[in-house]
Amino acid sequence: MKRSLPFIIIAAVAVLTAGSGAMLYSSKQRSAAAETDAIGSNGSAMTPEHVRGEKRAPVTLEEFADFQCPACANTALEMIRPLERDYGSRLRVVFWHFPLPNHKHGRDAALAAEAASLQGRFWEMHDMLYRNQLAWSNVDDVHRLFEGYARELHLDVERFKKDFGGAQVSARVDRQQEYGASRGVQNTPTIFINNQVVAPPFSPERLHEAIDAAMPGKQRS
Amino acid sequence: MDSHARDPLARTRVIVNAITAVVALAGLADATYLTVAHLAGDNSVCGPSQPCSIVLGSTYAQIVGIPTAAFGVLAYFSAFSAATLAAFGYARARTFLIVIVAAMFAFTLWLLYLQAYVLHAFCPFCLLSAAFTFCLAGLTLATPPAR
Repeated sequence: MKRSLPFIIIAAVAVLTAGSGAMLYSSKQRSAAAETDAIGSNGSAMTPEHVRGEKRAPVTLEEFADFQCPACANTALEMIRPLERDYGSRLRVVFWHFPLPNHKHGRDAALAAEAASLQGRFWEMHDMLYRNQLAWSNVDDVHRLFEGYARELHLDVERFKKDFGGAQVSARVDRQQEYGASRGVQNTPTIFINNQVVAPPFSPERLHEAIDAAMPGKQRS
Repeated sequence: MDSHARDPLARTRVIVNAITAVVALAGLADATYLTVAHLAGDNSVCGPSQPCSIVLGSTYAQIVGIPTAAFGVLAYFSAFSAATLAAFGYARARTFLIVIVAAMFAFTLWLLYLQAYVLHAFCPFCLLSAAFTFCLAGLTLATPPAR
């Protein structure tokens, strides 16, 4: 018995690891399906790909935006960021692409952000594009500039270039834009707070009020 | 009892190998969790932590299509098996344990280098795994050699 005991222990650990791994996998699959169902209250469910904050935050702020839109840059950097600091774990922020056709490089910027996202740096590219909006908005060829941003963010630039022109990121931008259209989005920025659209113009005070109204207990922090 | 009487360090070896097996088990749990999260496409593992998402979403999170954490599962399970067998007096298991822990140590150093100098971001699960590997290395070095 003593000779076989170590092998019994090893076999038991192997079975336990495989079993608990399988259980964890199926539970994660179930919760992913539940999340998708929860978002799709309007019938066109879509799992957000760009999320900041706690999954179980009581308030979710969704922004449909175009990187070439100055108001989007202002809203994202000057309003939403401070709101995240103010509300902490009680506010979750979701970004959706909605590049407008009248913005020459809006779609290219969205593609750049998605290509960065494939390397785990969506939000860094998001900030980079907004901060440098004036620099790239009026040039003819944005590719070189975007590759420079990718290099600054320590991305694999060759992969970034390949992804930028690839079908995958293009489809991701299209899906998000179609999703916005299905929710009635026409302009940017469009903001939803807990699925309720917030009427523009936006200001920090207006967004605070809308978040406070949606917050259970209705307190800022 | 006889072997303990002949070799006063035999008991220490058993204890150190048993501790090594427990540490490997903890590493196995960490690596299994990360592997499952990767396979299930669960992006919420990191919570609000941006650096963690950078690491787990990077190109280094998988090697030839296999989650990097899955190699950790294999390595920790091998270390656990070797330490268990060594604790039960299998002399060759100790040699295997030294080889596997040395490989894990080298791989961990490479992963730490990637986080520090390439990705400029750290993930807590990876740091925890690195801590387990360093513990395994220390315990393996501290195990008295058999006579």
